[in-house]
Amino acid sequence: MAASIWERRTKRGEQVYQFNFAPVFNALDMLLVGVWFTIQMSVAAMSLGLVVSLVGAAIKTSGPRPLRLCVDIYVELIRNTPFLVQIFFIFFGLPALGIRLSPNTTALLALTINFGAYGTEIIRAGIKSISKGQIEAAQAIGLSWLQVLQYVVIKPALRAVYPALTSQFIFLMLGSSVVSAISATDLTAAANDLNSLTFASFEVYLVTTVIYLALSILFSTIFAGIGRLCFAYPVNR
Amino acid sequence: MIREFGTNEVIYIVLALRWTIALSLIAFAGGAVGGLAIALMRVSRLGVARLFAVGFIRVFQGTPLLMQLFIVYFGLNIIGLPTNAWLAAAVALALHAAAFLGEIWRGSIQAVPSGQGEAADALAYGYVTRMKDVILPQAARIAAAPTTGFLVQLIKSTSLASIIGFTELTRAARSSATPPSNPFW
Repeated sequence: MAASIWERRTKRGEQVYQFNFAPVFNALDMLLVGVWFTIQMSVAAMSLGLVVSLVGAAIKTSGPRPLRLCVDIYVELIRNTPFLVQIFFIFFGLPALGIRLSPNTTALLALTINFGAYGTEIIRAGIKSISKGQIEAAQAIGLSWLQVLQYVVIKPALRAVYPALTSQFIFLMLGSSVVSAISATDLTAAANDLNSLTFASFEVYLVTTVIYLALSILFSTIFAGIGRLCFAYPVNR
Repeated sequence: MIREFGTNEVIYIVLALRWTIALSLIAFAGGAVGGLAIALMRVSRLGVARLFAVGFIRVFQGTPLLMQLFIVYFGLNIIGLPTNAWLAAAVALALHAAAFLGEIWRGSIQAVPSGQGEAADALAYGYVTRMKDVILPQAARIAAAPTTGFLVQLIKSTSLASIIGFTELTRAARSSATPPSNPFW
């Protein structure tokens, strides 16, 4: 059907869509500012989110019962609602309580809270993957409490969940495109601005998509490299 | 004057739930068909099919859903179809779901012990019988849990359709929050 409409249009001598990438490439610096912001925001949200997840996972595995319940509610609440709704809630809902945050702060806060919930589950799974016998064996050969934690719990646990954490970071970066909805100044917002300047919608968003793809390939390559450096020791011999 | 948030508003928001459900169902149905095709191509013996499937998954998993929605929304006009938020959201979400389900089901197919496929080969089953009667039923069992997990994610993802102007749950909530008595908004 699509082709027939196209044919009819061409026959009638109507203009068929002409691709025009020139205005997009002329204003590429606008998009690059957005790229830099997206990278900064994603990395910051991941770092803060990791702290939240570590605390959350620690409470979930060995915290007191009421605290554990709080973390459970936090994790389930965040993981079962759309990210867009979470941002709207923080940005439009919190001012009613007298807390007014700028769009960029809101974006960082929302991304951190979101990553924290998923990260809590991921890290908890990693800690659970360490069998009790490992820790007892480590204590039996006389390792100190700190050594047990460092070499027998944290490092193998991190190794086990490293791929899940990196893909969660990629999801965080891709998901951060949504923060443009509250006028935070990320890559998507830059694309929206450029769109309203040039009206070359398809071209603008195509270039932006290619940039996002490049970013996610870049970051997964970097993380694969880091993983190879940090977790290169053999497990089963 | 700001309108009260009363029963009517709650009903308005709850009624918009039907669009969220409809969109999720269409995206899941489209994604299931596409995902099965992608999964089969991904484990196929044809190099070209494998390459296409890998590329498709890479592109759709490596770009934001919001961008996919924008591209389909503005791209519809280019291929001569009317610009329609419903159609754009359905197509973009189905393609998005196809990539993720394809990768999930690829894993499930490969998780079926290879002896099963070899046994089917030894019994001289053709490709269709081997897949339909031996591999896929076993893969489906393995795939059930991750597929449910993705379905939850897909339902949440439909909230993004509000950004390209499709009235579902999130958009209904937003328009309740911005009353028409102030036309500037």
